[in-house]
Amino acid sequence: MVSFYGTEFSSRLLVGTALYPSPAIMQQAIRASGAEIVTVSLRREAAGGKAGDAFWSLIRELNVTVLPNTAGCRSVREAVTTAKLARELFQTNWVKLEVIADDETLQPDAIGLVEAAGILISDGFEVFPYCTEDLGVAQRLVDAGCRVVMPWAAPIGSARGITNRSALKLLRARLPDITLVVDAGLGAPSHAAQALELGYDAVLLNTAVARAADPVGMAKAFRLAVESGRIAHEAGLMDARDFASASSPVVGQPFWHAVS
Amino acid sequence: MHVTVNGEKRTVAAATLDALLGELEYEGKHFVIALNYEVVPRAQWPSKTIGNGDEIEIVSVRQGG
Repeated sequence: MVSFYGTEFSSRLLVGTALYPSPAIMQQAIRASGAEIVTVSLRREAAGGKAGDAFWSLIRELNVTVLPNTAGCRSVREAVTTAKLARELFQTNWVKLEVIADDETLQPDAIGLVEAAGILISDGFEVFPYCTEDLGVAQRLVDAGCRVVMPWAAPIGSARGITNRSALKLLRARLPDITLVVDAGLGAPSHAAQALELGYDAVLLNTAVARAADPVGMAKAFRLAVESGRIAHEAGLMDARDFASASSPVVGQPFWHAVS
Repeated sequence: MHVTVNGEKRTVAAATLDALLGELEYEGKHFVIALNYEVVPRAQWPSKTIGNGDEIEIVSVRQGG
């Protein structure tokens, strides 16, 4: 089980709800992924529009926990207001907090993120901050009251996998009591397995499943990879070595003779 | 009166948020409103007055990652 702000979940895979070929495939993929938490965004509703009503009924049918995001927010004020709108809309204190610094890389604005997290936590929110792998920033988020920290593997939608393994290892070692989620940049199930093998509590992804040729099949592949990675972590991985270490016994090797 | 609704400048007659939704013909149920970056709970929409230059955001749930 994995705990997010005191609520226990059995699935360690969180998935997004965007970019699927159709609403039906989104629902099938989310079910196949086994995810119990899904992310959604808030966007402007046009007059007469019922897109929100329609999408909300699709999500409700899945019977999952909703984690609203502040995707696209470029200032603390926008992010804080968006989080409060989400709380009003979904009756949840949870928010995936994004404050974006750069349009091309969607790199998090570390300073704005820490500030917004502090404001929201004092207002009763339980914040899931999307950040980079920087330990100093993660520590500041924890100091602000975050019990979940979500570093990227690589830029959102890039499918590059874990680009800074040593920094993610360091985060895990330095923040042993924090629920750590690798969020963004995963492209293949093996990337997700690596995150879990490193001791990360969960992964959050969207594009890798939604943009697969078969999103439902890929959702299942990620589910199995996440389970596999977690089991491997619990089983205890061996340390890497620089040189060979024979696995077959050395004693009794035929044809062996001492060099004269 | 001039207000900005979802980034678009409009001239409206409504004096309250509820009246504004009626005037703009909002029909859906699942949306929330921020008035000048402050969330206005649904129960306050009938009484919440709007003024010249106000910025109103009407938002709902969408696909997200």
